[in-house]
Amino acid sequence: MTATDIMPEAAADRRSWAEWLDGHSGRIMVLPAVVVLLCFAIFPLIISAYLALSRFALAPGGFTLKFIGLVNFRKLLVGSQQYHLLGKFGTFDFVQSALLVLIAAGLLFLLARYLWRGRPTVVGTVGRLLATAMAMGLVVLALATMAPGGVPGTVVNTLLYVFVGVSVQFALGLGLALLCGQPIRGRNFFRVLFFIPLMVTPVGIAYTFRMLADMQKGPFAPLVRAFGISEWSWATEAWSARLMVLVGDTWQWTPFMFIVLLAAIENQPRDQVEAARLDGANGFQIFRDITWPAIAPIAATVVLIRLIEAFKIIDLPNVLTGGGPGLATESMTLHSFISWRTQDLGGSAAIGYMLLFISTIVCVSFFNFVVRPARRFEA
Amino acid sequence: MSAEPRSLARRLFEPASIDSQAPVARIVTYVLLFLWTLVVVIPLYWVFITSFKGPGEVDSGPFYLPFVDFAPSLQAWDFMLVQNYTLRPYMNSVVVAVASTLLAVLIGSLAAYALARIRFQVKLAAVAIFLILLTAIIVAVATFGVRWEIAIVVAAALFVIALFTLVGRTRLAVGNSDIEFWIISNRIMPPIVAVLPIYVMFQQMRLLDTQVALIATYTAINLPIVVWLTRDFFAGIPLDLEESAQIDGASKFRVFFTIALPLVRSGLVATFLLVLILAWNEYLLALFLSNADAQTMPVLVSAQNTTRGPQWWNMSVLITVMIAPVIVISTILQKHIARGLLVGAVKG
Repeated sequence: MTATDIMPEAAADRRSWAEWLDGHSGRIMVLPAVVVLLCFAIFPLIISAYLALSRFALAPGGFTLKFIGLVNFRKLLVGSQQYHLLGKFGTFDFVQSALLVLIAAGLLFLLARYLWRGRPTVVGTVGRLLATAMAMGLVVLALATMAPGGVPGTVVNTLLYVFVGVSVQFALGLGLALLCGQPIRGRNFFRVLFFIPLMVTPVGIAYTFRMLADMQKGPFAPLVRAFGISEWSWATEAWSARLMVLVGDTWQWTPFMFIVLLAAIENQPRDQVEAARLDGANGFQIFRDITWPAIAPIAATVVLIRLIEAFKIIDLPNVLTGGGPGLATESMTLHSFISWRTQDLGGSAAIGYMLLFISTIVCVSFFNFVVRPARRFEA
Repeated sequence: MSAEPRSLARRLFEPASIDSQAPVARIVTYVLLFLWTLVVVIPLYWVFITSFKGPGEVDSGPFYLPFVDFAPSLQAWDFMLVQNYTLRPYMNSVVVAVASTLLAVLIGSLAAYALARIRFQVKLAAVAIFLILLTAIIVAVATFGVRWEIAIVVAAALFVIALFTLVGRTRLAVGNSDIEFWIISNRIMPPIVAVLPIYVMFQQMRLLDTQVALIATYTAINLPIVVWLTRDFFAGIPLDLEESAQIDGASKFRVFFTIALPLVRSGLVATFLLVLILAWNEYLLALFLSNADAQTMPVLVSAQNTTRGPQWWNMSVLITVMIAPVIVISTILQKHIARGLLVGAVKG
């Protein structure tokens, strides 16, 4: 920049400008991304934090915001909205207690193993304590609300969509990829066909499955009539409604798992597989010793990508069931959206923040404790 | 090996050669794949034929085969595409999805390339001061009614002063991997947390219900994915090509556009397609940020649930015209998708 003042000629002028540009090219290349994220992520996050701590009210000629501290959070966690967010707690019977003890023991064992065997660092220990605490809290919440007499709230519904949905999608995607990875004809046909559901807009999927699941006019109506249950409706019962949401979500996202895992399987060391076959190894042994180690890092990464996206679910429950019956299928994003519609902006932002908190800890833990080891395993 | 003929059981359960399957296993494989084919096709087929039905055919029972058990009509197609101006939301969707995807891929791959090739050192103190000042601006404007222009100018001045006095004395700095992690972690943020402030921001700029608002927002939410996938493509290409170009006097930008980008073509195509699908199908943000003028297709689809009940036939037309182009594009590009996603996912 300074050189422009000294050299009067235009050519030299341009060259020095180009030099300046080249000297700062790194920063200039990153700058647009940083600016975009500052405007659309960091800035909104700070404003949302402020909203979550205040009460919003419409006033003549606009609105007022009053700072009220943690009242919104208190209302959601222990106050009038507790039923909506966390659900109603049932009483623990033997099964729940046993499960709880088992899971707690498992988590404590992992934590203890790290502290004794590994070389604990401050960051590592704090991260593991946080992850363990979060896992324990969510497990207690899920068990308590699913115990007899309990009703799950939106947190547990979201967790259900995330953990059950992603596991089923991963299992199906892996199974299909293994089948397609066999020496068969028409692999490209299946690859293109199985990919299609990913391209349908979730809103469209929700309506499609509403049509399909119509007990009187859907394509399966004769079948339903044959079983004599055409008076029954999946939309009126909590678990069948949740199942429908999971079915739609699985229909859409299994292809994503499938396509990436199939590419990974095609990429596995062929000579090793053939050598193993010659030595008389069966299919399961080949999978366990060759295929799985080869695809583990990729598998861990697609699950992470899916986990991140799964926490944001809203379209399917909103269109398929409207969050009902009651609030049986309502996800946290939908809960936040409904609060926004009733002009409880503070509450809406508070729910959003809690979702952000849960999903960040789950995803970062998954990255650190699953994806990283899986990659090291490969190397 | 003896010449005795293999027993029937062995012939059924053992493969004839090393890269083929035993007959029984092959049949099981095809049956299972066929079952999943049904799972995929039935919903799509039902949507497709419903678009040729009218209220009568839908209400009076399931009909399965056009021309056989019901007479297909183009009524719904005519209603949606000719009588109602569906073209406008459709064009909105096309423009928003394509523009935001191009922008996200451009901005994201530039950043990813720079992060893969150039070492960055950003003082932690500078970041902290920046965030504190940003928060201070918001609190000052929202609570104390300070004019936002004044607040920004004061904050900028304070930031520059701090940059030259305090920051230089600190040591702690964030490097490339921290910046990458920060960019990617933005994807974890659920859109619902950010959508309200974004809504207000566009309202203040009078850009609500315009394509610009949607393009900008979609670019931002998809940027982390682009950086995540493309940085490994760039890290994977050998350095010598770029170095020799730089010795010949090409600028970094020139090296990026003429050497690096063409080398990662396959990965870029996969990234482009994935982001395009995400932008094309996005619903929640479109619901907040668009109303009539900039309405996109997913919002229009959900709007078919009228007071007279869902208009299944109209909805099916919309879903069909939404899926069709994406299927064509991804069928053409399908080779790239698998390969591209694989490279991106290996290093994550």
